Amino acid sequence: MNTYHVVVCAGIVPDPLQTLEPITTVSGPALKNEMMLPAVLDPWAGHALYEAANLAAHAPGSKIWLVSAAPKAKLQQVMMNVAQKASFELVPVDAQASGFSDAHAVAGVLSAAIESIPGLDRSRLLLFGGWESASRGAGVTMQLVGEQMGILDQFQGVDQLTIQPDGSLEILERVEGGHHMVSMCQGPPALLGWATGNLPEPRNNPQIGMANMRTVMPALQKAKATALPHDVVRYLSVTPPKQQRQTRIVKDRPADEIAAELMEWISRD
Amino acid sequence: MSDSSPSSSAQVERQQMLVDIAGVGFGPAMGGFLTALSRSLLNADGTPRLDSAVAPGLPLQVICYERADGLGFGISGAVTRARGIRASFPGGDLTQIPMATPVTEEKLVYLLDPVGASRRSLALRVADRAIRTLGPIARLNNHAVELPFTPKFMRKHDGMIFSLGQFNQWVSDQIASSGLAQLWPGMPVAEALIDENAVTGLRLADQGVGLDGAPSGGFLPGMDVHAALTVVADGPVGAVGRHIDAHFGMPEGNRQCEWALGMKMVVELRQDSGLEAGTVLHTLGFPEPEVFGFLYVHPDRLASVGIFIPSWFRSPVRTAYRYLQYFMLHPYLWQHLQGGILKSWGAKSLQESGRHGEPFLAGNGYARIGEGSGSTNVLAGSGVDEAWTTGVQLAEAVIELLEHKKPFTRENLEQAYVGRRRASWVDIESKIAADSRNGFRQGVVTGLIGMAVAGLTRGRISPAAPSQHSCVRTAALEQIYGSRISPAELKQLQEECAGRGEALHDRIMERCGWPEIPFDGRLMISHQDALLMGGSVQAPPGYANHVVFVRPELCRECEPKLCVEMCSGQAIMHGEDGVPAFDREKCVYCGACLWNCRASTDGTNGNVEFRAGAGGLHSTLN
Repeated sequence: MNTYHVVVCAGIVPDPLQTLEPITTVSGPALKNEMMLPAVLDPWAGHALYEAANLAAHAPGSKIWLVSAAPKAKLQQVMMNVAQKASFELVPVDAQASGFSDAHAVAGVLSAAIESIPGLDRSRLLLFGGWESASRGAGVTMQLVGEQMGILDQFQGVDQLTIQPDGSLEILERVEGGHHMVSMCQGPPALLGWATGNLPEPRNNPQIGMANMRTVMPALQKAKATALPHDVVRYLSVTPPKQQRQTRIVKDRPADEIAAELMEWISRD
Repeated sequence: MSDSSPSSSAQVERQQMLVDIAGVGFGPAMGGFLTALSRSLLNADGTPRLDSAVAPGLPLQVICYERADGLGFGISGAVTRARGIRASFPGGDLTQIPMATPVTEEKLVYLLDPVGASRRSLALRVADRAIRTLGPIARLNNHAVELPFTPKFMRKHDGMIFSLGQFNQWVSDQIASSGLAQLWPGMPVAEALIDENAVTGLRLADQGVGLDGAPSGGFLPGMDVHAALTVVADGPVGAVGRHIDAHFGMPEGNRQCEWALGMKMVVELRQDSGLEAGTVLHTLGFPEPEVFGFLYVHPDRLASVGIFIPSWFRSPVRTAYRYLQYFMLHPYLWQHLQGGILKSWGAKSLQESGRHGEPFLAGNGYARIGEGSGSTNVLAGSGVDEAWTTGVQLAEAVIELLEHKKPFTRENLEQAYVGRRRASWVDIESKIAADSRNGFRQGVVTGLIGMAVAGLTRGRISPAAPSQHSCVRTAALEQIYGSRISPAELKQLQEECAGRGEALHDRIMERCGWPEIPFDGRLMISHQDALLMGGSVQAPPGYANHVVFVRPELCRECEPKLCVEMCSGQAIMHGEDGVPAFDREKCVYCGACLWNCRASTDGTNGNVEFRAGAGGLHSTLN
């Protein structure tokens, strides 16, 4: 049985259900009251974590690290929820890594944090993360992390990973038209930028939470503050996605009818 | 620290865990408890001051579970004198808490009815006419009169305006970062573990079940958390507190029969709103005489604005949401609010029985703190600081008992915790307030006079009234609206609304002359949009419905259905077979269905069970 060292890169984002408003500060664009808004693990990265937990459950002896660059206080809040869902060791970097941070700089911080993990075995390394980010859809951070770490086998938009009997990896990547491209990879090290995958969110398990927190809180207390350069990227303007709200509660209606109405509604614009 | 063993009460294998102290519900009370406790768990050199009995060599093992998916979910006004909170942070600057600011100006305002649809008694109509006749002499401005002073017993002049969500978040961050207590949001507690005459811990809610509670895919039975002390702080509608009340009963003569639904919005004010941070407005008189309102101004042009619908409001057509909109549209407030943007919205039940609703504060293995323990001062309209202080008092008691190696028996907790509470300002002031609101059962004017007399005489003179369950005092529809709408039309409206699955209040209010709400998509928005724009309503899958109609046949006979009328999230609607339908994806956990149910099973308890469930509305701005 192969065992893996799975490193999941996961940022945090303001709860996407909150009303977000971009503002300009002395250090560049930001979201108004971002530190006051509830935060969640970036949903794309969250899927990556759940996939990692599933892989570790089927490959006993594997280990998961969660590497996150985020303000320490907000990361602590997010961990109270996430730490109940999967066993991992947190590698926190105390940084203002909002969606407006330069992806190259964030990738540098993340790769340095990963390289410093004691005992990490590169020959068993699977580097997981989100294909996209709910904070900003640049979708390049994971690719840059992989490049900076010299990981050449990279897969993006991954929905499924199957370990073959010979230890090779069968990977399904999303391609146009709702199809998947099937790739075979000899084995680690490899980088997988996850799409949504197929797994449900794990249940909150209090015992997993208790076990995780024995390492999460000390790690947070020791997390080093890291300044990300804010003058690398110059934003000419920032505009939130256009929103048009028209609420109606409808239940038990065929999906086709709902889809047709949505299409008609969207096409009005 | 853990193993597995079968549960005696349910035929499933449950995980078992041992801790020293298990808590349920994270609000101001638990915040005060854990803040005070965590400061006493270590010596200066970092060694444990109080040893754990379940993990020898380690500090006390303390854990707290919260239903909501975050610890900053709290919903409250909240303006408070913050005496207890300040005492916990001597020399600390509470304005460092986001959205917190000192009170700088406080007004009590009587709102007249600019619409002509409000149900006002003859006495109020006469008073209103006199005020309008006198005009500027009576200080009439924008259909409102600013009273020349705020009674001393209501004043918060030396206090703070908080966002309770931000306050709870700030407190929880400090507790969590100490590493001395574990806080777990997103984890509902189903019930207390009770062994004969002692509480021995908590049972967490089952996961991986269908809406009816039956195991489904990924069934994970709720874990049993055993503790020497269980701290119950799950608020006025919490499942654990009510389970304990049901098992041990209430002290002789005490009942929780006075409630209110508080509903609020956080509004981003326009640049020239004319309101300064620190301003506090208390209102009465509109949209109905029974409805009290508030507006508190935070820093950064944010304001909390809301109303309270009390259980003694006799109309069975209850809609906090629509009344809140009329309240905001009152010219006195709208001059400030117009052009504002909704940032957050929320609702909660308030336990307003005060001292008369106090349960047993301590028993073998458990203690009650916070609002669910009857700590709210119903005369001052203050609950956050009182709740916090009861938590601190329990922490001090726990430390005392542990230092003297005394077990958490009822006698020891009564001496150490209840004794502290009885000797404190919380208890002294709650005695003064105990009967102050009794007069409202005879009407608003009588109630206001009674409150004033009780406040001015420091409780020596208060109106007396027998305690009754709130549903008993709700009048029949015809009794309230019979003078405006014929019985035949009322019946027709009821049938039409039930047929459409809609609440009745909109049709009745329109028929009574309440105008259409001028929706602007920013502040005046539909009820459903408030759920979507005012925060996030979480309903994680795998949990059972937490609102259950126990005997459907009673619901079929019940009209009008107050659970439908008062539901803050429109989560309870008319069902096809006459039994209300519950949609947990819209429930904000206000708990109003619990105390508004008129279909009583035993003359006291309603037909609604409000069980433990995960999620609810989450907005840290509230």
